[in-house]
Parts: sequence; structure tokens; C-alpha cells
Amino acid sequence: MTRTDLKPVRFPTERTCPFSPPPELTELRDEHPVHRLAYPDGAVGWLVTGHAAARAVLSDPRFSARGEHRRAAVGGGTPEPARPGVFIFMDPPEHTRFRKLFTGEFTVRRTRRIEPEVEKITAGRIAAMREMGPPLDLVREFALPIPSLVICELLGVPYEDHEFFQRHSEIMLDHERAMDEAVESYTLMAEFLSELVRRKRGKPQDDLLSRVAASDLTDIEAAGSAMLMLAAGHETTAKMLGLGTYLLLSNPDQLEMLRNRPELINGAVEEMMRYLSIVQFGLVRGATEDVELEGRLIREGEAVTVALSAANRDPGLFPDPDALDLSRDAGRHLGFGYGVHQCVGQQLARVEMRVAFRQLISAFPGLRLDVAPGEIETTRLASMYGVRRLPVSW
Amino acid sequence: MRVDVDRTKCCGSGMCALTEPQVFDQSEQDGTVVLLCPHPLEELWDSVEECVRLCPSQAISLDGSALLTDRMP
Repeated sequence: MTRTDLKPVRFPTERTCPFSPPPELTELRDEHPVHRLAYPDGAVGWLVTGHAAARAVLSDPRFSARGEHRRAAVGGGTPEPARPGVFIFMDPPEHTRFRKLFTGEFTVRRTRRIEPEVEKITAGRIAAMREMGPPLDLVREFALPIPSLVICELLGVPYEDHEFFQRHSEIMLDHERAMDEAVESYTLMAEFLSELVRRKRGKPQDDLLSRVAASDLTDIEAAGSAMLMLAAGHETTAKMLGLGTYLLLSNPDQLEMLRNRPELINGAVEEMMRYLSIVQFGLVRGATEDVELEGRLIREGEAVTVALSAANRDPGLFPDPDALDLSRDAGRHLGFGYGVHQCVGQQLARVEMRVAFRQLISAFPGLRLDVAPGEIETTRLASMYGVRRLPVSW
Repeated sequence: MRVDVDRTKCCGSGMCALTEPQVFDQSEQDGTVVLLCPHPLEELWDSVEECVRLCPSQAISLDGSALLTDRMP
């Protein structure tokens, strides 16, 4: 076992293609799927880029997801304990207490029941786009509102509050806004969800928040979990819809294939998840004891960053990994993570993506970019990768 | 082939119920795996093996799984 022969690298962030991970990152994977990583705060840990090693770390309880180990590979973020209800930064059994409450809400069957509502919401956005007429920004009119309205439906946000909810969840995600404006929206939203939990507790309805409010969670925990559902369910899906549309418009042959063979949509969504890997700086874990991983010795206390984007392009698992092929079997991608923390809302996300892409493709056969591809700005340094705006015409 | 599931390991991702609904379902209460058919027909073996590979918490195991291990990368 060696640990001294590798000079720590910074997490590579320079992309040469808007849809592919930085070449430096994938080159690293081919040479050393487990490498030393230099974190911005000075700590030295590990960077995992191979698919097998990524799965090994994410499914091994010796690698903890606790907030205390949270160390961003790019940008800021300080290791600190999870806030109440934010169970993605907890380990079992603490994590299990929360996760169990939510898994029942996102079963394959439950999300199928929500599908007609997703169809309706999407159709509403398509109708609004038609009414506005081209050109318009697809992010603002389609990618952002769909997941936001779906979350309203899921949580049980009253109809009269939808506009408030949408406005503030959008401001929270807008990286161009001043920080204090985003913080203000965050605070307003947290207060709104706390109040909603109290209301649901008094007068339960048939929705997720009512069931969470009726559980053994405290008000603060329930509101924290609701905030987590919003954070995890809005930006992610919105980024996939915006960047995914850009990807399709940049690959007309693939788009044509999907248009002619709509039955490919389920696999196409998996391939887009694999190809785009929008959690661009990966997932972080902390070793709770010494662990040997592919010949490297990871010491107790060291941080490990799992680069999902590089693992999802691992040629060992995906032949010709840099080719977009909407008809391939991409089922084993790690776009939703892996292990006990794998995205709890993934089945809902799949329904949203399938419905949204299917309706968009069939409603606008002439859909095209309204600017030169080079003018499309991406969120290069945000942990969730995507396009800021996507001006389209048809 | 005999299929076994460990509900204490299951994290309710739903990958099995999505991939092979004839063999796996999810509990309405907590989303954990429900085994519908411990001895699936041979025509379902491939997709059951795919469920084993997809499961993020290794909650599904197969008996007589030499075939599976041979094919694992």
C-alpha cells in the first residue's frame, strides 16, 4: 500500500466541452482512480474518479456522510454538524429515522400516482410558452417552474401560496442575485415552511408535509426536512431540464432519434443523467477508520471526494463513454449517488424529466437555440452545474 | 434461483421495483423492498441480476449465484 507517491492535486474545474467533465479529471481517473486531493482549506484527502472505487466508498459505512466531514473540493463550506432535519449530513441510525419517513413518499408506485399532475403542470408551462411566443428563456419559463410546482403539489403548499413559493425558491437559486437578497428569500422560505408544518399539524391533509408533521419529528426537524426537499428537488431537476435541453439541441441526430422513437425516453433520461452528472464537484465522505481502497491507504479522519462525473464516464463500465447515446443502457450511472444516501426523490425526478422532455419535444418540433452556442453561460463554479439561461426559438 | 432481501439494509431507492416489478415491490409505509416472488421464472433472471447490481445498499442477494459472479466486471 502506498500513500506517499502521489502529489495532491486540486479538483480540476476547467471544462473544454460544456457537457463533459474537465479532461484533467477523466485523465486522472485513467491513471489513478484513487488520487490525493488538496482541498481549498489546506486539508489533504482523496479524490475518487473510478466507478468501482466510487461505489465502494459510497456504500461503505466506514465512510461517513456527517456534516462534520463536509469539506468542499471547490469553493467554501465549513465542516459543521447537520442542521435539524437535514439528514443527508447524518449517518445511520440517526439518518435512518428521517430517511424512512421519506422513502414511503417516493416509491415507484407513489410517484406514478403523481405523474398525471406532472403532465398537467408541464402542459400548463407549454401553453404559457406558446402564448408568450418565441424567443424566450427556457430556464425561466420551463426548467425552473416545473419542479417548483411539483414540489408545491408534493409538500401540499396551498394554491394561493404557489406564487410566493415559486418567487422565493427562484431567488434562492439565482447566483446572480446579491447575497443578501438570496439570504432574505431563504429566511422567508424557512419561515413559510415552519408555519406550514404547524398548520398541517393542526389540520392534516393528504400530502407529504402533513405526514411528516404527524410523525415523531419536532417542528424544527420537520421544517428542516421540508427545506431539504425543496433544496434537493428544485435546483437539481431544473438544471437537468435546462442543460438537458441544451444537450439535445446540440445533438440533433440524438434528438431526432428520440422524436421518432419516444419509447426510448426512460433510457434517454438515464443516459442524460450519466452524461451530464450535474453534481459537478462530487460527494464528500470522511473516513471513520483506516480503510484500504484499491491499493491506497486512507487514514481515519481523511476526507474523500467522489467525482461522480468522472465515474459516470468510466470506460470500464460504459463503452465509448464520451459518446452520447440515448439508446444505450446507462442504468448503472451514479448521477443520483449510491449507497444509503442515494437520492430519495429519484423516482419523482425520473417522472419529471420523462414527462418534461417528452412534452417539450413533441410540442415544439422546430425548437432551436436563439443564440450562438458559445454565448450560453453555464454555472461553472456552482456545485450544481447547468445553464443560467437558455434562449430558444421555434 | 432463490432471491433474498434484507429489509434492514434497504434504503428504499426503488431501483428493484422499477426494474423488475414482477419480483419486487415497495412497502407503502416506508418504501422498503417487498419480495413478491422468491423463485422467479428463468426468463426473469437477467433482470433480477440487474436489480442486484443496481441496488445501492446491497439489500438483495441470490442463491446459486455463480452465474452472476462470473459476469460481474
